[in-house]
Amino acid sequence: MIPEGSLLAAHDLRKTYGSTPALDGASFSVHPGEVVAVMGPSGSGKSTLLHCLAGIITPDSGTITYAGRELSAMSDAERSALRRSDFGFVFQFGQLVPELTCVENVALPLRLNGVKRKAAERTALEWMERLEVDDLGPQRPGEVSGGQGQRVAVARALAASPKVIFADEPTGALDSLNGERVMELLTEAARSANVAVVLVTHEARVAAYSDRDVTVRDGRARDLEHAV
Amino acid sequence: MGRGRLSDAYTSGVYTPCTVLLMSIGHTLLGLLESGPRHGYDLKRTFDEKFGQDRPLHYGQVYSTMSRLLKNGLVEVDGVESEGGPERKRYAITDAGITDVSQWLAQPEKPEPYLQSTLYTKVVLALLTDRSAAGLLDTQRSAHLRMMRILTDRKRQGDLADQLICDHALFHLEADLRWLELTAARLDQLAKVVAP
Ligand SMILES: Nc1ncnc2c1ncn2[C@@H]1O[C@H](COP(=O)(O)OP(=O)(O)OP(=O)(O)O)[C@@H](O)[C@H]1O
Ligand SMILES: [Mg+2]
Repeated sequence: MIPEGSLLAAHDLRKTYGSTPALDGASFSVHPGEVVAVMGPSGSGKSTLLHCLAGIITPDSGTITYAGRELSAMSDAERSALRRSDFGFVFQFGQLVPELTCVENVALPLRLNGVKRKAAERTALEWMERLEVDDLGPQRPGEVSGGQGQRVAVARALAASPKVIFADEPTGALDSLNGERVMELLTEAARSANVAVVLVTHEARVAAYSDRDVTVRDGRARDLEHAV
Repeated sequence: MGRGRLSDAYTSGVYTPCTVLLMSIGHTLLGLLESGPRHGYDLKRTFDEKFGQDRPLHYGQVYSTMSRLLKNGLVEVDGVESEGGPERKRYAITDAGITDVSQWLAQPEKPEPYLQSTLYTKVVLALLTDRSAAGLLDTQRSAHLRMMRILTDRKRQGDLADQLICDHALFHLEADLRWLELTAARLDQLAKVVAP
């Protein structure tokens, strides 16, 4: 049931909150370096799917396989370690640690993986340069604009050389010019570093930066192009 | 693709407002025949009522379209009346005609701005003939996204002029897509209105 060559694959996921079915038999897969857009109406289960795939929440049933390993077979500690080493995250807002400077924020995933401060901040600055925000290094998140903060977040997601980036409405709070620029930089960086991206968005122009799109409706994911 | 060719393709796509409606009159009349044989006059009246809002069909259009459909074997003459006045043919759809309507509905329109009226017609016909309007909208949505992806790719590789040209098309396609999504969400409501 795991599509050949996929890095991350989910099969028949089900998740219920009380009596609300959030996922109802959703399947999904992404290949290394592939950018997949997850679209669908509000409340259809996109974020729930993303959180399951990233091992943040556990589905009631179904399987998720990452690089040949089943997530449900791992302990919580193993899953956290995997998230730190292999996954990067970008959300709509409020994700940077307000007490840290921007460069410290970007260096954080590296520091958590045991990289020394100097080396971590050097790598962080390189990523910030690629995202065109290297001059914001000493500022705190509260002192930068939404669009700048989002680029810092993308730099942070990429800094620890993840294999997969999970992005939930990464441009949701930005105007179209900034949103486009963030998408351009994110997908360019991801493609050149062979990072897969799972991109939740309801904006078609954002989804157009992907290689492929799936639509979630009533908790089920459908791949239209490959279904026909 | 060079800028010249890109902008040519774009202007011809964007600034040729919908002549598609004219080309799809045949399919629309065929679809209307699926519920049973009708006279030309009856076809015109139903077409005008459902789709003709501000541009009713001319009789000439109906008769030339019907004779083309007859020649192509998509309809047949089901009976002729001529009580005193001129001859009135009653038309019936053939199996080939039904297949033709199915194919037309299943085939996405080439993604381009200003095609709402054709899409609207397709959606209504699908509802009237008990075909999957949701499926039709999904197929169209996916064709639109595919085109948007191509334009986004060109934009990434092009200069500023390419970017602006592509952006213009992208915003139009996005508007179409929003309409597709909204319509998909209102299908049940629409079904009650068009096919009570
Ligand atoms: N923590 C939770 N507790 C209870 N219900 C939840 C929780 N998270 C999600 N849900 C419900 O599960 C369903 C799917 O929610 P989800 O957040 O995945 O939707 P979404 O597609 O991301 O929507 P949006 O586009 O609005 O972000 C919704 O009905 C939602 O109310
Ligand atoms: Mg969500």
